[in-house]
Amino acid sequence: MKTCLVVDDSRVIRKVARRILEDLSFHVEEAGDGSEALNFCRGNMPDAILLDWNMPVMNGIDFLRQLRKDPGGDRPVVVFCTTENDISAIAQAIESGANEYIMKPFDSEIVQSKFAEVGLVVPA
Amino acid sequence: MKPADFDFISSMVRERSGLVLSADKTYLVESRLAPIARKDGFGSIDDLISAIRIRRDARLIEAVVDAMTTNETFFFRDKTPFDIFEQTILPDLVARKRGGTIKIWCAAASTGQEPYSLAMIADSLGPKLGGCRLEILGTDISERCLEKAKAGIYTQFEVQRGLPVQMLLKYFKKDGDSWKIDDRLKASIRFRTMNLLDDFRALGRFDVIFCRNVLIYFDMPTKKMVLERMAQQVDGPGYLLLGAAETVMGVTDAFKPVAGSRGLYVQDPAKIGAKAAA
Repeated sequence: MKTCLVVDDSRVIRKVARRILEDLSFHVEEAGDGSEALNFCRGNMPDAILLDWNMPVMNGIDFLRQLRKDPGGDRPVVVFCTTENDISAIAQAIESGANEYIMKPFDSEIVQSKFAEVGLVVPA
Repeated sequence: MKPADFDFISSMVRERSGLVLSADKTYLVESRLAPIARKDGFGSIDDLISAIRIRRDARLIEAVVDAMTTNETFFFRDKTPFDIFEQTILPDLVARKRGGTIKIWCAAASTGQEPYSLAMIADSLGPKLGGCRLEILGTDISERCLEKAKAGIYTQFEVQRGLPVQMLLKYFKKDGDSWKIDDRLKASIRFRTMNLLDDFRALGRFDVIFCRNVLIYFDMPTKKMVLERMAQQVDGPGYLLLGAAETVMGVTDAFKPVAGSRGLYVQDPAKIGAKAAA
């Protein structure tokens, strides 16, 4: 079973994402900000990360840049999941090492479509 | 909905679009007619149907037929046909055309995602096209859908279904809450209304026809008629792509399946020639 780390400061979003990802047969772990997520990854690198942008302590983009420098940090497939929907934000995320990008609001269909795009699940 | 009304609507829809509505679709018909009845100020679906019976109002009839067609689509839908287009069809045509024009017909273009997906593939191939240019025609029975296709403007939800984010960055511009497709891609596609039951010879000839998820709604004689007329419109040998649940097998021998490429068929010139000679 693949592990997906859901990084979002909203408990509600984490809960929604968890339900969708568990339906896609992922084992789900949660982190409330980038710093917590980094600690988690340093102990146990997940297969996939669903990553919010704006969070307290450490935001998503700073987390991602740090992760990609860490040993083994190039391995997880990172899918941003954020309300940031400007072209420049999306481009910045991709340049920083994100594999895919979800603009909130999202639903299970979008998550499945994007995860299929990066080979994490089989297409619907 | 009374059985007589269902029969009236289903035969009207079938006559005009080829779409077959079996009696178990009563609920579907009701749920799709209700918004039309409401919008046009009818008290009920029954009133709407009576009005159509009496007045034969062309606009109402068109609205009903339009409402019964399924317009479900998204960018790179089912993925496989697009991989086949990129890896099998285009290399063959590029070799055959030597810098000429590759003509593609999307026969059920709906809101445009399929032709735009093809245009994105062709554009990203760049020099591999060997100087060939693509000319894409998108047709659909629904004028409402084609309006959207022509505008090339999609919601945030639509650009997240099937479209890789790199393609979004490369080929779309943000326009308020919507996403607008690149003008360069739009320039390679024409859209026009076309009912597949009508004579489509005037559309010209094509190298590839995409006709996905349309035939499943037709009865056997209609499927055969449409496929055999399509076989006359492709140059050779031309390609046909059908939806995952569709086949030419047992319908016509004007096209034959291409081994190893699911949903891909190629015109059988022997059969076409034999028919023409007969």
